[in-house]
Amino acid sequence: MTAILAVTEQRDGALRKVSREAVWAARQLADQLGGTVDALVLGAPGVDVASADLGAAGADRVLVAANASFARYAPDSYAVTVAERAKAGGYALVVVSATATGKDLAPRIAARLDVPLASDVTALGVDGGQVTAARPVYAGKAIQRVVFEATQGVVSLRPNTYVVGSAGKAGAAEQVSAASVRARVTVREVKASEQGALDVAEAEVVVAGGRGLKGPEHFHLVEELAKAFGNAAVGASRAVVDAGWRPHAEQVGQTGKTVSPTLYVAIGISGAIQHLAGMRTAKVIVAVNRDKDAPIFKAADYGIVGDLFEILPRLTEEVRKAKAG
Amino acid sequence: MKIAVCIKRVPDSETRIRIAADGVSADEAGVKFILNPYDEFAVEEALQRREKAGTGEVVVIALGPDAAQETMRTALAMGADRGVLLKADAIPADALAVAKALAAELKDGGYDLVLFGKIAADDYNQAVGPMTAELLGLPCVTAVSKLDMEGGKGVAQREIEGGVEVVEFLLPAVLTADKGLNTPRYPALKGIMAAKKKPVEVKPVTFAAPRLRVAALEMPPARKEGRIVGEGAAAVPELVRLLREEAKVL
Repeated sequence: MTAILAVTEQRDGALRKVSREAVWAARQLADQLGGTVDALVLGAPGVDVASADLGAAGADRVLVAANASFARYAPDSYAVTVAERAKAGGYALVVVSATATGKDLAPRIAARLDVPLASDVTALGVDGGQVTAARPVYAGKAIQRVVFEATQGVVSLRPNTYVVGSAGKAGAAEQVSAASVRARVTVREVKASEQGALDVAEAEVVVAGGRGLKGPEHFHLVEELAKAFGNAAVGASRAVVDAGWRPHAEQVGQTGKTVSPTLYVAIGISGAIQHLAGMRTAKVIVAVNRDKDAPIFKAADYGIVGDLFEILPRLTEEVRKAKAG
Repeated sequence: MKIAVCIKRVPDSETRIRIAADGVSADEAGVKFILNPYDEFAVEEALQRREKAGTGEVVVIALGPDAAQETMRTALAMGADRGVLLKADAIPADALAVAKALAAELKDGGYDLVLFGKIAADDYNQAVGPMTAELLGLPCVTAVSKLDMEGGKGVAQREIEGGVEVVEFLLPAVLTADKGLNTPRYPALKGIMAAKKKPVEVKPVTFAAPRLRVAALEMPPARKEGRIVGEGAAAVPELVRLLREEAKVL
């Protein structure tokens, strides 16, 4: 029997959306291998175990490793706990979300287990009994397909790539041991950003602005459109981040974030190759630009040519109306 | 303060990637290579720490082909003291195999700080830094965008979704550098001249058997041709209709 371990992620005691994606991806793979899925929840005692949610996403069991020091990410103790669990359970694969936490955690787990890692994976599969993974490389300019030639492996899964369905599994909760090692690295504080909690890498809709906005004082137009969508994060091109108009957290593209939202709206962004690499996996791309020959229109599904200062307020109004209706 | 900076030679970010004849790697013909952009932040941080301490040594370590010596000269021109090239004609896709080779080199180096760039612009693994830390048994903070160090410990900030984590750590430590940590200097002419005379030790490296095999490198699927809905604000209602009825994203 092949078992897969999906490591979930919580913040402030609540399960994050990516956790269900990790469990769902593990489920799809387990079904191909004829195996089972365990979801691992790490948190402080009383953490939201969400076993119904995790069961629906495909977890046969929900293993809870509770420790008072797990309220926030504890790199050393988390890595030891997951690695010990992975060893004890003999899992073929450990699935972690490729979030800020997961990208930090996954390599530590792989090194502790002495097994290979595939990072930022967008698809998992099975070929001749071996686990395979597809992952964007060169900032998304190419896709690498890798094969695990080991009995155990670790993957980090890019957020927003698996659409979670309903698997209807039991998700029976069980307590497992939580390691607490002497912490040499301690998360002392988590400061929420002024932009709000929705991150450009995880949002379903991204409204991104570029140099066409002519100055940071005009970015409120982008923010207002994002607000009209309701579930949108604000993104930015490298040019405006380098110019200091917007924080690096919002940068999309090489030396920024790679995003796969359902809808990406590029406002006043010409579409340099580094930017296109970071957003080309969006499901639908809309571009607004005054230059009809801008490369962004080659990547876009829908484009409007013209003055964004005229188009943007109208678009915000129409989106608001569509959302209300 | 003795600081190691692990750097990588990668294709320039403007490069258009073409698949090589082997079907598993990128064609390097005509490609311009640079110092990995995130590694520039790591090199700069090391130089600033050495300057602040008024004493110490910055050693750059690269793993790669002979040509990586040119990349190393960039870091030496910025001000690093010497280089070590762990010579390998091909870099394995298995990040752990790379981390093992680096850890073996770093282990007895007596470093107070080991720096990496957050991510390599080619393989996008974002893994070798923290893996190396685990193998060395050292504390590690990844994606550091702000750093304070005093005595035997430090406080780093790292970006997370919707916020910032403030992380305390003990030295010696392994850190990976994110954009925002500092502004990398441009090598001055004097530095470029001096770099030519700085020592670079070349050591052949052998890898543990890689357990992650690249089956294929492919171009991403082409997006289907889009269309211009119209010009100016008058086109907005039609765009919104298409988003709702055709694309079904509204």
